[in-house]
Amino acid sequence: MNALHPQPMHVSPAGWPGDIFAALKAARVRQVAYVPDGGHAELIRAVHADTAMIGIPLTTEEEGVALVSGAWLGGDRACLLMQSSGVGNCVNMFSLIKNMGGPFLTFVTMRGEWGEFNPWQVPMGTATPDAFRLMGIHVLRASEPHEVGPAAAAGIRMAYEGGSAVAVLLSQQLIGAKVFVK
Amino acid sequence: MSENSDSTGLDRRAVVARLLADRGDLIVVTGLGSPTYDVAAAGDHDRNVYLWGAMGGAAVCALGIALARPDTPVVAVTGDGEMLMGMGSFATIAVQQPKNLTVIVLDNGLYGETGGQASHTAVADLAGIAKASGIADARVVTDMDAVEGLAARVGASGQGPCVAVVKIDRAEQERVLPTRDGHAVRIRVRQALGLSVD
Repeated sequence: MNALHPQPMHVSPAGWPGDIFAALKAARVRQVAYVPDGGHAELIRAVHADTAMIGIPLTTEEEGVALVSGAWLGGDRACLLMQSSGVGNCVNMFSLIKNMGGPFLTFVTMRGEWGEFNPWQVPMGTATPDAFRLMGIHVLRASEPHEVGPAAAAGIRMAYEGGSAVAVLLSQQLIGAKVFVK
Repeated sequence: MSENSDSTGLDRRAVVARLLADRGDLIVVTGLGSPTYDVAAAGDHDRNVYLWGAMGGAAVCALGIALARPDTPVVAVTGDGEMLMGMGSFATIAVQQPKNLTVIVLDNGLYGETGGQASHTAVADLAGIAKASGIADARVVTDMDAVEGLAARVGASGQGPCVAVVKIDRAEQERVLPTRDGHAVRIRVRQALGLSVD
């Protein structure tokens, strides 16, 4: 809860967002930083409704990279929720992860890769896996709903038990291409 | 712009040394460049987190620590150039209202690390921006009496977030270089906080 979310809303996310939420809960992740995103909307609502978690809205994604690094230095498990368009904003900030080590976990909803109406989403949608790999961040991917839970569990294990930097990409097929009507 | 002979600002080393003199449990995150050297010059410490890059990230890195340890005072010591790159973090901090976080911006109006180019603080009011972003205690510090007051504020967690823009002079100081090994810093800080290394 915070100034933007003064009242807890009781929600129990269903489907694959619920699988991510359950995995984060089971791993005792406390700080969840995010840039507002339709694909993560249910998960974000659930985080704000959970008194054991702190939902931290960001103004830009690279804030989240620095924030989750600090969270872990202080003893909290944290993760970053963002959209593929935000990954490019983070590239230099990923040097913090590379230099300081420790866990890094992000869940990225993909745009610009499957039936995308907006061509401005396509460049980062195409470059997102390579951008992560360029900066030494391991990429996992889930394309169908039943793959999300196992991918979340695998990412959580690699990050918090292994100290690795991991991005779990959630394919656009999961979210569906945004439909614009003239 | 005038040359680096501005004598109206405070001595950055004296300011940082005073702010950290009675640091107690304080955790300090430094912004890249001169603030890192200033904090190192005040004395290396197990609870110092030196950032040598990740420009724009010092204040929010400190926020992550502050939220993880709400009973421990946390301070970010950074420069005007870095803060300009991460101004949105004022709003991010304001939404969270951490009681134990202070952001000290050492403002000489210059990018000292890259040859002294003028920064936007010649016209941009960082304390005003912080206040307008929702940080009620956003202050400009121009004399050592105000530094004394700020030192008391830094050590006292529980009063809400504070942003202090400290007007420093433009003199270059001898570089005092702490370790650049971020992994070593991570391990040392976590151990100092009684946490597992990994």
